Amino acid sequence: MRITLRINGIDCEIEVPPRRTLADALREECGLTGTHLGCEHGACGACTVLVDGDAVRSCLMFAVQCDGRAVRTVEGLAAPDGSDHPLQAAFSAEHALQCGFCTPGFLMLAAGALENDPGIAEDPERLRELLTSNLCRCTGYEAIRRAVVRAARGGGAPP
Amino acid sequence: MKPAQFDYVAARSPDDVVAALADGTTHVLAGGQSLVLEMNFRSVRPRRLVDINGVAGFGDIALDPAVLRVGPLVRHRAFESDAVPGPLGVLLRRVAHHIAHPPIRARGTMAGSLAYAHPAAEWPALAAALDAEIELRGPGGSRVVRAGEFFTGPFRTARRPDELLAEVRLPLLPAGTAVGFVEHRRTRASFAQLAALAAVTVADGRVVTASVGLVNAADRPVRATAAEAALIGRALDDDAIADAARAAARDDADPGPQPYADIAYQRHAVAVLTRRALTQARDGA
Repeated sequence: MRITLRINGIDCEIEVPPRRTLADALREECGLTGTHLGCEHGACGACTVLVDGDAVRSCLMFAVQCDGRAVRTVEGLAAPDGSDHPLQAAFSAEHALQCGFCTPGFLMLAAGALENDPGIAEDPERLRELLTSNLCRCTGYEAIRRAVVRAARGGGAPP
Repeated sequence: MKPAQFDYVAARSPDDVVAALADGTTHVLAGGQSLVLEMNFRSVRPRRLVDINGVAGFGDIALDPAVLRVGPLVRHRAFESDAVPGPLGVLLRRVAHHIAHPPIRARGTMAGSLAYAHPAAEWPALAAALDAEIELRGPGGSRVVRAGEFFTGPFRTARRPDELLAEVRLPLLPAGTAVGFVEHRRTRASFAQLAALAAVTVADGRVVTASVGLVNAADRPVRATAAEAALIGRALDDDAIADAARAAARDDADPGPQPYADIAYQRHAVAVLTRRALTQARDGA
């Protein structure tokens, strides 16, 4: 099927079979390999992207479901001049990644949450719940939590 | 893994959906948070999917005088807001908050959860406890099945392959109904090991109506009628709650052996959770 995804503001017209997940279409057809695939059954969250502003598992959606919709991936976070998104700067400053495999998913999970609900960073209970959505096997999550709070407070750059 | 090949049709109207389902080998794609997972495992291999995400009105919640009508595409997340007033809204919020995690709740649907009928799913037990009406729409028109007859086993329901689960109708709970929901799970993102919910009305110090539901306490969602009977006509005090909890564990639950929980443990946990849900309802905590 021929579909058009609006990825990070740019229309991307691709030909995919219905069985192609959004995650695979982003990686294979669109060449955007920043979106990672871990478990492929919705548990790990490495493939999290924003579809029409909501954080979703791109392994649990088919690309054909996103025809004509706005998709935002980790490649769309940095500013046009290449400078880091506040979340990216904060993840760096707080050492919120080690191997980095889960990082694109956590960045998009946090980006969606902060854009839809900025107050979540100041609500420890809800922020903790949000961060249970994705798995990180390196950091123990605490640095990720600090990074999201730092980005929400506008302090993305390293100290 | 990757899903096997299938055909895809995007429905624009309810009639499109019913027409597509008529062949009996087409599956409904709503939120997809269980279906696509099963397809990725290839434990489900539909010949065709009919995508209902583009059908106008399917994502609507309607409030009738006595009934909440939930369309087939209403996401779990919709119930986390204050969209539904009164005690039913409080209960729906508590339950929704325990389903998976935010990205899944942004996609998955109540109707899909009922149609999937996972024994550890929260909505089926709520539907069973409140005696929800489930509207099924097929080639010959619509029929309504009560939740008590709808769930027939693990991942089994009365829905025929050519029927769409078109609407869920939940009775509104009268003002003053006390509600509680308690879930036991290993981590916040885990499936429920067990959960209990309660909705109780008290007049003149006596329990007038009681609905008690159990999640993952049998091969299907349980309406705990023995626990309910233990409460009717009594004050909602610790003794009545203890009796109801014992009845739920002894008479209502029918757990099977699980890898990390033998049957005696599960019955014990049913009693504990039922007591906590009723206590939460009474104390408004």
